[in-house]
Amino acid sequence: MNKPKWNKDYKAPSSWDEMFFGSSNGVGILPTPNSGFRTLHPEIDSEACIKCMMCWIFCPEGCIDKSGEHLEVDMDYCKGCGICATECPKECIKMVKDGDSE
Amino acid sequence: MAVNLKNLPDEELLYGVKTCQGCGVTLAARLALKVLGERTCLATPACCFAATTTVYPQSSIFVNNAITAFPALASTISGMAVAAEALGWDEDITFLGIAGDGGTVDIGLQALSGAAERNDNIIYICVDNEAYMNTGNQRSGVTSYKAWTTTTPTGPCSKGEKNRFKKSLFEIMAAHRVPYTATASVAYPKDFMEKVEKAKNIKGCKVIHVMTPCPTGWGYDPAVTVRTAKLAVECGLWYLAEFENNEFKFNFVPKEFKPVEEYLKLQRRFRHLDESDYREIEANRDIEWNRMRKRFA
Amino acid sequence: MSKKAFLSANEAAAYGVKLSKPHVVSAYPITPQTTLVEKIADFLANGEADFKYMMVESEHSAMASALGASLMGARTFTASSSQGLLYMCEMLSYVSGSRNPIVMVDANRSIATPWNIFGDQRDAMAMRDSGWIMLFVESGQEALDTVIQAYKIAEDPEVMTPVMVNIDGFTLTHTYDMVEIPEQEEVDSFLPPYNTTNKMDMKNPKTLCQSVGPDFHTEGRYLQQKAFEAAKRKIVSVNDEYAKLTGRSYGGLIEEYRCDDAEVVLVATGSVAGTVRAVVDEMREAGKKVGLIKLRSFRPFPKEYFESVKDKFKAIGVIDKSISFGYDGTVFSEVKSAMYGSSAKMANYIVGLGGRDIPKKMLEDMYNKLFGMVSGKNEAEVQFLGMRWE
Repeated sequence: MNKPKWNKDYKAPSSWDEMFFGSSNGVGILPTPNSGFRTLHPEIDSEACIKCMMCWIFCPEGCIDKSGEHLEVDMDYCKGCGICATECPKECIKMVKDGDSE
Repeated sequence: MAVNLKNLPDEELLYGVKTCQGCGVTLAARLALKVLGERTCLATPACCFAATTTVYPQSSIFVNNAITAFPALASTISGMAVAAEALGWDEDITFLGIAGDGGTVDIGLQALSGAAERNDNIIYICVDNEAYMNTGNQRSGVTSYKAWTTTTPTGPCSKGEKNRFKKSLFEIMAAHRVPYTATASVAYPKDFMEKVEKAKNIKGCKVIHVMTPCPTGWGYDPAVTVRTAKLAVECGLWYLAEFENNEFKFNFVPKEFKPVEEYLKLQRRFRHLDESDYREIEANRDIEWNRMRKRFA
Repeated sequence: MSKKAFLSANEAAAYGVKLSKPHVVSAYPITPQTTLVEKIADFLANGEADFKYMMVESEHSAMASALGASLMGARTFTASSSQGLLYMCEMLSYVSGSRNPIVMVDANRSIATPWNIFGDQRDAMAMRDSGWIMLFVESGQEALDTVIQAYKIAEDPEVMTPVMVNIDGFTLTHTYDMVEIPEQEEVDSFLPPYNTTNKMDMKNPKTLCQSVGPDFHTEGRYLQQKAFEAAKRKIVSVNDEYAKLTGRSYGGLIEEYRCDDAEVVLVATGSVAGTVRAVVDEMREAGKKVGLIKLRSFRPFPKEYFESVKDKFKAIGVIDKSISFGYDGTVFSEVKSAMYGSSAKMANYIVGLGGRDIPKKMLEDMYNKLFGMVSGKNEAEVQFLGMRWE
């Protein structure tokens, strides 16, 4: 999965030495996932997928990974909006209730 | 300058944003950053985008970025761009501002006018979701006619927003003779990204006004954000156009407009409308298109 | 060798700006600040300086673009006055909270309504809690010197706080005096280039001016307060260092004038201190033990100094060119609070509003009123002096 990672080991500053200066921070820091937004998640039928990339382009979260052989979804950051399923011209993405995966 | 969807970089410069599901603003910002790449310095005013990307310790933006005051986006990125020149930064670095419709056409318009007139070397993207969404859906200067918002509630004495036409940021910017300004929609990502790409390669003040539907404020299923944005264009309630070299150009004109209710009925903010409202909105649309056709042709 | 020139305080301050070699100046015109930004434009037109000059469309944008420039690590200057300062008020706290060491000049002017272009200090005092260091100057020379010092104070790693240099509108901004202009090399040896990591950086990208919730907010504000404590020391040490270089000292946070054996003193802020000096000299010649405390730094406020003199004088009067309606003159509130428990008699004189002259006679009256209080006469604590009718 070629996506930015949830910084699971993120620790808040615990002393003055670690406190940020002014109101500054680094970039690309993800201390919490977005999976909690979700009640549904997409499942891609890789057999039917033609890799037209419509889901990839329209995903607001950018959480569809195209680096591998098949498209994959980063479930830490998918909010389950369903835009990918709506926009798929092959209708090969299904929105499935979380916990009901096949 | 053609953008090939298949060859776009994998790398995400916006990730893990805390916006609502199906947020049009997130989509527009992600696509813009994809085109502009990591050699970008970004600023945003206090808005949905700022409140969902960079609340300490989270920082969902992967390039240099800052939040500035609500009316101050254009002037802040102007200052950044001018300082970069003074400090001898490389010329290929883009100074990008992303602000909502209220932050642009209302409270931010004066600063943007200044930046446009000085022609500072910036790209300013107005992400338009037709109301003040960060504060909970109050009307702005570009709220659609008859739309319900929390400050244009419907009732026996009100049918929602009273202003018949959206303030035309595009034409306001063209009147400043900026080197490049355009309208766009998240439903037309290739068109939008090509406009961003074009803006990147032009020196001066570039302004892109992109339609970014808001499922929470507009009241529709987050899965149909792109479909909704597309219908706005197909019904003639939004348009794709460009202004460069002092000339206007439509990028896409539907052969025939779809009936406006196809767009309006998808959204809770228009559910109080009836047949006569649809026809009135259609009549307004035709007035606007006749005017634009005369002007842009 | 430095050279001398006949300059207004605005022009002198402009020389201070030029000698500090900012990268970006951003400004919007307003009376009585205009001759300062005009002089800066002249420097560029004559090829005497080569910074970027942004002529923005409002004061709000002046401070916002200054913030943008400072976020890039640029040394930045702006100037304003009165309504303009109030208009950029929103940006002042953005700049201080993100610890951007911008220096600005406020040409002190009254605030509307009634609309009034003349000098008093109500504009600056209304910005008291913006998180800016606030210095007040007495002369054109001090304006020039203080702008240069302001950068050194603001950019100190322990301080990293913006500075507002206050110059009384018209009384100083538009009056001429001989001013010594230091050589560029002298200033360069005193003021090193601005260097910070609190900026955008392509190799080490930053999120700046981020949003911070209740969880870390107090800690950030505490560090701002600590920065002001550091500024108290820095303002003094920078003044001393500058004095060694140029021979000119302004005392740091405050300057005592003939206070050693004084029984009665006046606290003055800005240009009026110059007139008070003259009155002190005259009254001293007549055998009256009077003195002047010139308040140079309003923020940080020299609380420790006032504590240390709380039983030194028999009476203290505070001259205010501002009033916090419903309470006292703004400076008086601070002095009274710092001197809590003092045995001295205290009084507050509200004068000079909307540019009204403060003649020597009025200042002499203040001292006499204070002597009267010392000998048991009752006086109202807050008095508007020089009014048309009793």
